[in-house]
Amino acid sequence: MEGIIGYGAYIPRNRIKVEEIAKVWGTDAPSYKRGLMLEEKSVPSPDQDTITMSVEASKNALKRAKIDPADIGAVYIGSESHPYAVKPSGTVVAEALGATPEAHTADFEFACKAGTESMFVALNLVKAGVIKFGMGVGADTSQGAPGDALEYSAAAGAAAFIFGRDKIVAKIVDTYAYMTDTPDFWRREYQYYPQHGGRFTGEPAYFKHVTGAARGIMQNNDMKPEDFDYVIFHQPNGKFPLRVGKMLGFKKEQIEPGWLVNKLGNTYSGSSPLGLAATLDIAKPGDMVLIVSYGSGAGSDAFIFKVTDHIEEVRNLAPLTRDLLDKNKNYLEYGEYAKFRRKIRKAD
Amino acid sequence: MSTPSRYWREIPQRYRLEANKCNRCELTFFPPRLLCPECKNRKLEKSKLTEKGKVITYTIIRVPPAQFSDQAPYAVGIIELEDGVRLTGQIVDCAFEDIKIGMKVKLEFRKLFEEGHAGILCYGYKFVPHGE
Ligand SMILES: [Zn+2]
Repeated sequence: MEGIIGYGAYIPRNRIKVEEIAKVWGTDAPSYKRGLMLEEKSVPSPDQDTITMSVEASKNALKRAKIDPADIGAVYIGSESHPYAVKPSGTVVAEALGATPEAHTADFEFACKAGTESMFVALNLVKAGVIKFGMGVGADTSQGAPGDALEYSAAAGAAAFIFGRDKIVAKIVDTYAYMTDTPDFWRREYQYYPQHGGRFTGEPAYFKHVTGAARGIMQNNDMKPEDFDYVIFHQPNGKFPLRVGKMLGFKKEQIEPGWLVNKLGNTYSGSSPLGLAATLDIAKPGDMVLIVSYGSGAGSDAFIFKVTDHIEEVRNLAPLTRDLLDKNKNYLEYGEYAKFRRKIRKAD
Repeated sequence: MSTPSRYWREIPQRYRLEANKCNRCELTFFPPRLLCPECKNRKLEKSKLTEKGKVITYTIIRVPPAQFSDQAPYAVGIIELEDGVRLTGQIVDCAFEDIKIGMKVKLEFRKLFEEGHAGILCYGYKFVPHGE
């Protein structure tokens, strides 16, 4: 039996409120808050990036997995904000954990789906018997162009999952992938900020692929929404995951434990993985959990997990996701935020 | 300015806090040494520093070395880890007025500096407040 043996989250301490961004661009904060169902978002410090957050989330996953990091056979990092254009993030993360040199590493990219891609591959290599332990991380420090709608939501965070065969906290029941070529969001080389297709990011993109993946995996396993205790969808804003849940027949109570977006923002590759970490934080043995990611371009990965008795033993060995989200926050003003995100730069 | 090779040589200490110790004298060395200066023991055992400690003293750097100019002003402290080893490092994610002698801190993996706009990114540990 294969599954998650350890999981860990990391969220930077800085936050900026929707009002603070709206004030600068002269937009109506209440309508943005209502429209996006979003109050504030996380912001990385200037010395934080996908690599540093991946290391912290991975170390938290290791605390729960309690394995020798040298036994990890694969370290995969999914992100659309890898710090280098050429040079892997995974080598730094693997080195910081002590997983080198006998490990396979790769950086995944697929907009917001890169995190679950790294999990998908690590998990299936464990299932295939190629490696003993594999780690998949989703992390991003994403940017929206100043004044663009994305600026209100693009946030930072990371979640890491270690897969193995013994002492499993959540057994994998099935995986599924659903993907088409859909240009709803992109960033060309040398461009600092992404472009998006506005409303085109909705129906033919997010909703089509998330429902396609959710329905596909449920059909293959002869399961219905009521067979699940919890469900996590990708969270580009507060509204989309709630609406797609309703379309599929899930109740708000199944979605809420993993719905972090109103206080976190969209952490891109970290989004649904952080939702899964928050859900495992409160799940009970026997609970069935469905997670469906979404990445522009476009596609969704889906996983069904069954939580085991072992969850109770590991849960408190590392920080809980909601504690990282709600405690020890530092609110930024727009000027400080613009400096932190290098929207303005000091003269050389 | 450091070169990639110098940065690379320090990775075991910078990323993983690899140290070593003399079991005869019960001394820990960071960075690791080839032999114990007390008893000349060459059979030193690999060890890893603990990741929690407290602030012994600190200062605010306002005129920094070139590669840290983007970060100034910033706090640098001497931290005593739980295993007794003292390290120097930046104290971040904490307003200067909130830094106190004796404050509990823990290590976090951060970007230390960038080699200009096109050079390598240098990572390692910094200290953050650890309220618990
Ligand atoms: Zn000695």
